[in-house]
Amino acid sequence: MHIVVCIKQVPDTKNVRIDPDTHTLVRQGVESIINPFDLFAAEAALRLKDRHGAKITVITMGPPQAETALREVMARGVDEAVLLSDRAFAGSDTWATATALAAAVKKLNPVDLVICGKQAIDGDTAQVGPEMATFLDFPQAACVKSLDLADQHHLQITRQTDEGTEVWKLPLPALITVVKDVGEPRVPSIKHKLRAKKAAIPVWGAADLELAPEQVGLAGSFTQVVRVFSPPRRSDRILLEGDATQQAEQLYDLLKAAKVPGI
Amino acid sequence: MNYFLSEEQEMIRDLAEQIATERIRPVRAELDEREEFPWEIMKDLAQSDLFGIYIPEEYGGLGGGILENCVAVEQLARACIGVATSFAASGLGAYPLLLFGSDEQKQTYLTQIASGRRLAAFAVTESGAGSDVSAIQTSARRDGDHYVLNGTKQWITNGGESEIYSVLAITDRSKGPRGASFFIVETGDPGFSFGKKETKLGIRASATRELVFQDCRIPADRLIGREGLGFVIAMKTFDKSRPGIGSLGVGLAQGALDLAVEYARKRVQFGKPIISFQAIQHKLANMAIKTEAARALIYAGARYMDTDPADASKIAAMCKVFASDVAMEVTTEAVQVLGGYGYMRDYPVEKMMRDAKILQIYEGTNEIQRNIIGQELNKEYGRLKRSFF
Repeated sequence: MHIVVCIKQVPDTKNVRIDPDTHTLVRQGVESIINPFDLFAAEAALRLKDRHGAKITVITMGPPQAETALREVMARGVDEAVLLSDRAFAGSDTWATATALAAAVKKLNPVDLVICGKQAIDGDTAQVGPEMATFLDFPQAACVKSLDLADQHHLQITRQTDEGTEVWKLPLPALITVVKDVGEPRVPSIKHKLRAKKAAIPVWGAADLELAPEQVGLAGSFTQVVRVFSPPRRSDRILLEGDATQQAEQLYDLLKAAKVPGI
Repeated sequence: MNYFLSEEQEMIRDLAEQIATERIRPVRAELDEREEFPWEIMKDLAQSDLFGIYIPEEYGGLGGGILENCVAVEQLARACIGVATSFAASGLGAYPLLLFGSDEQKQTYLTQIASGRRLAAFAVTESGAGSDVSAIQTSARRDGDHYVLNGTKQWITNGGESEIYSVLAITDRSKGPRGASFFIVETGDPGFSFGKKETKLGIRASATRELVFQDCRIPADRLIGREGLGFVIAMKTFDKSRPGIGSLGVGLAQGALDLAVEYARKRVQFGKPIISFQAIQHKLANMAIKTEAARALIYAGARYMDTDPADASKIAAMCKVFASDVAMEVTTEAVQVLGGYGYMRDYPVEKMMRDAKILQIYEGTNEIQRNIIGQELNKEYGRLKRSFF
């Protein structure tokens, strides 16, 4: 079985600030971390490998320094890594990113399973995984909380939805995005760290993926950021005081005064 | 300060620090409160390859030495020496095999210990034999292809949790110090059971139990080295392990210093952070001086021990005694810097102070260490045959 794990380097949101003038993230001095959900994706792949044996390849699209993130994932036991890096990729939205990542999965063929984190904690779109599945024409399941092989050709998953829990069987090859319940990411190991340090990581650009410049980067993106702004602070807030009963009474009076239907 | 560690040594240090920060620190208070053996953390340490640091590569280890082990132990100890002791005790149990085991024994046991699949433990102490190791009563009698062990070992670290025990027993009482031998006993061997788990002042995450041998029959090939080598093996093992106790002390002292300085910078009294008062500054300075001095001794000592020197016992004892005394002093001062908060269980320093005490007691009390150093000095100067007057 060949599993591809997709990861993203994101700013450590514990420490980010928004520039009040440009409304953009202040990236200076902010440490990059691996998107936490993607570490769960890697862990899900490693657990499948522990149980059934597999080759795992980790991929990311990003600047040359994203290689560090790939080596960090390899230090936990992932076998190989590929970096998608090209000036042409700059400014990619989720569509263009998924285009490049899906092309890389095709180039890594045969691939039985692609695992992504549920979403990245910087953009929070949760779109790249499902878009990749569409481009690859793979069946997909998002927000997977547990998984195992049902048989040689099927994956059985449990997914979390707002309505409850669903159990699915997916024919392979497939793509899933995972949530934290798949299992705490393991610690790196010295032997894997040593291997990761020495590993040659190929760098693929748009040409290697047989993608035209207009398919990727800003040119290949449907999303255009027109304006970025900080939401204005709301000043019309009322703080209720007293115990719960008193607060409930005040709230009732306020809602009634506001002529909320049904009150 | 830079101790010029190699890239691989730095890798070991950083990984141990990561495990300490992410896995040990968040649960140390709970483990202490519940006196719970840290199995989850042992699994993380197994995954990280750290159990194999000092074990040769041919047995699945990383092929490092005492220095590499000390570097890792220090970082684990910075978060909790209860957990770090559980880790280090497996090494103590492995050393008799590492030093005197046959190739078959090493293949069987060291590979398991290196992978962290099974923990090891070292069993010498008995109720009547603490500092006086020669007073042990546990006996091993040869019976055909077997040895039969009888006796009770006391206060065995990792007892009941480990599955591989290096046990010292008397094989020939008439030979005195040359009549003791080391054996490997495994959990499940007939006649081998565990006594009660002790409740302790500190290192409460580590398990301490009695080992009971009642006509415990083990195959004869479980003998380590040969009959009569027992005390030699014990002493050689201590030479290897005592710098590790020193590094538990350094890590613990550093952990206490970290908290004391951070607290002193934030705690405001009389309108100023208390670190601006000389009384506190001098306290912190003394804590830092002692911690760094202990670290310098451990690193230099461990490097030197890795060359298998003739005066190993003296240097190993110095590492153990100095760093453990430093840990006791620094953790006590850390409680003082934090004042009333330091005394409360809500803050981690009171635990550090409770934990520190064991370092001056186990693996040879500090009094015994000073005896060793004193006796070695006497021999050393006796051999010199010259005067400095």
